[in-house]
Amino acid sequence: MSGKIIAGLIIFVALVTFPFIYNVGKANTVPESNLDTPVIKQMAVKQCIEPRQFMRAEHMQLLNNWRDSVVRSGNRIYTASDGKQYSMSLQNTCMNCHSNKKEFCDKCHNYMAVNPYCFDCHLQPKENKS
Amino acid sequence: MLDKALSGSKRYWTWIIILLAVIGLGVINYMRQYQYGLGVTGMGRDISWGVYIAQFTYLVGVAASAVMLIIPKYLHDYKTFGKIVILGEFLAIAAVTMCLLFIFVDLGQPARIMNVILHPTPNSILFWDMIVLNGYLFINLLVGWTTLGADKKGIAPPAWIKPFIYLSIPWAVSIHTVTAFLYAGLPGRHLWLTAIMAPRFLASAFASGPALLILLCLLVRKLSKFDPGKEAIQTLAKIVTYAMIINLFFLGMEFFTAFYSNIPGHMHPLKYLFFGLEGHAKLVPWMWTAVIVGIGSVIVLLFPSLRCNERILGFAAFGIFLATWIDKGVGLVIGGFIPNPFERVTEYSPTATEISITLAIWAIGALVLTVLYKIALAVKEETGEDAAH
Amino acid sequence: MSINRRQFLKIAGISSILGLGSAAATTGLLKGRLEAVQDIPSPEGLTAKRWGMVVDMSKFKTPADYQRVINACHSIHNVPTFDNNKDEVKWIWTDDFEHTFPGHENGFKGEEMNEKKFIVMCNHCAMPACVRVCPTKATFKRKDGIVMMDMHRCIGCRFCMAACPFGARSFNWRDPRPFIKETNPNYPTRTKGVVEKCTFCTERLEKGQLPACAEESAGGLVFGDIGDPNSEARKLIAKHFTIRRKPELGTEPSVYYIIGGGENA
Repeated sequence: MSGKIIAGLIIFVALVTFPFIYNVGKANTVPESNLDTPVIKQMAVKQCIEPRQFMRAEHMQLLNNWRDSVVRSGNRIYTASDGKQYSMSLQNTCMNCHSNKKEFCDKCHNYMAVNPYCFDCHLQPKENKS
Repeated sequence: MLDKALSGSKRYWTWIIILLAVIGLGVINYMRQYQYGLGVTGMGRDISWGVYIAQFTYLVGVAASAVMLIIPKYLHDYKTFGKIVILGEFLAIAAVTMCLLFIFVDLGQPARIMNVILHPTPNSILFWDMIVLNGYLFINLLVGWTTLGADKKGIAPPAWIKPFIYLSIPWAVSIHTVTAFLYAGLPGRHLWLTAIMAPRFLASAFASGPALLILLCLLVRKLSKFDPGKEAIQTLAKIVTYAMIINLFFLGMEFFTAFYSNIPGHMHPLKYLFFGLEGHAKLVPWMWTAVIVGIGSVIVLLFPSLRCNERILGFAAFGIFLATWIDKGVGLVIGGFIPNPFERVTEYSPTATEISITLAIWAIGALVLTVLYKIALAVKEETGEDAAH
Repeated sequence: MSINRRQFLKIAGISSILGLGSAAATTGLLKGRLEAVQDIPSPEGLTAKRWGMVVDMSKFKTPADYQRVINACHSIHNVPTFDNNKDEVKWIWTDDFEHTFPGHENGFKGEEMNEKKFIVMCNHCAMPACVRVCPTKATFKRKDGIVMMDMHRCIGCRFCMAACPFGARSFNWRDPRPFIKETNPNYPTRTKGVVEKCTFCTERLEKGQLPACAEESAGGLVFGDIGDPNSEARKLIAKHFTIRRKPELGTEPSVYYIIGGGENA
């Protein structure tokens, strides 16, 4: 009987650790955000609507708030923490500067293995349509 | 007690494997549907609900019918039903499971299903349907499992289960009334805009559910050592008889109101279903089959000499099941969309993918039913026929 | 200490529920992180007590009159064009009198009126059945009367389609993108599995523009605040005899039709 248990344990350990074993030796660098777009190049001060660290951590929640604010509450103008005002639009505001979706958005999303469905509806900028 | 479902004869395992095969095929087809969209079905802009919602509507009725065993047994101490109440409750569990699955596969964005809970909307009947269906599933699981467990130990069920058993009575009526409200409150669909939608649903439920239960009892007697008892089956048959008579009477009432008033909006859907409209008549043979088989089965059930013959009873019960299934599962939902709001006729046929997914969910229901019945019958056989309640 | 399996399961179950529940509760409470300043609507946006539309059928004479209006809407909103009726998605289209106004059939109208096409779209009802039945408030009524769609929230149950007495709603039975003739990059598409319909061009209203169909209609579609007695739309309704689609159903449509023909029409 204990032979079955040990065999079962080995199979279990093999299955559970398979993801790690499979990726041994593969390069695993955190992707750099690529800001090389025409609109950003022309900006004197290269700054998003909020500081970089905030955007990195909170852009998902921010976009969720935006979509409710625009669609459900009828508000279009966002006041950033520095007082500047922006039109709340993923497609027309965010992607206006960040028009390189593949190099900017997708790189981190693929690294984190997340698949946001925003772009099922919201059109990607024409330059780098993936 | 689940371990009782893990040991069985060759016939049992063959049946399980067949069910799993049907389910597997359906899962593959559902993945196709998830990938492509609901356009793989026969539904379209005019007929926006089809086979899936129709099955859901029918099965809510079957689930509600457990109450037809609970009321005599627990409110009126009809001991004859004592042995088979568990079969009714387990049938309800299988039926509600199928209902929830049919709703799930019908959604265009199933990943967002939690939105119904995250954004509760009490003015929407679908919100209440979600609550009552899940509640009913929970009640039946709780009551069924607890009473069966007590049965197994040879003792009476714990006292705290009684309130849940009593609760299941109005709850059963509510699941089908709420489901009827999905249809009966829509201003633009004249086939459904009738005060007797919920009464029709309940009458049809109390005919179809016990009819299915009769068939299951006959089957159970053949396949195991458990005998539900001839008297219990006869009482079920009487319930089916009167429920079906009322159901057919209600259908007649719909016809009278529509055709005596001569209001086009009222007449057109019934015309389409039973006589054809503007040359479209796909469902006409279905509906007349349902009526003829339904009336025929009721006549058989009315004569005691025929009803007492369990072989003939089996055919009649199947007839009732078929007639009510066509009436609700084919005619009602699809008929409600014809003619469309522009008074035009678009017809509907399910596609092969749609049928495969539908059969798979029926197979899942059959699987749940098989497993639960296997457990219940094993317990009954163990403890002998003198169950403590 | 020895416990049996049942006790262990009970303890494990209750601890998990407590742990997960308190985690959910605390994150839920923290979620209400307010922005320092509230979002505001665009200052140039148009507002109204109740947006409505008067359809002046006398201004629709040639097929081009209709096509202009339909194309205006469908092109800027990335509405797909399918080759079959089943998958059809449409926000604004035409139909004849008998089918647009089924209860008003009078049998002796004459050939011209029999064949005349009427512009139909969502009626943005004041008491909309679709909003009543939506289980997630994905379709909802705005304060200005517009019945709006939140595509992010729609679960695709199609209850609204069953409820709408006017057949105004379309569902995306498949991915619409391959079927969009020419994409407007400034407006999103939809994805499979959600319902869509006319929204009285909320994205244009907030920029101070009239709906696209109204702008292209050369006076055929008069969009205005029917909650304001002084608006052009209200004045037209007071002056002419108008009908609405299926008013007996109590949904209170906001689209009024000047049918045409005769002096007071």
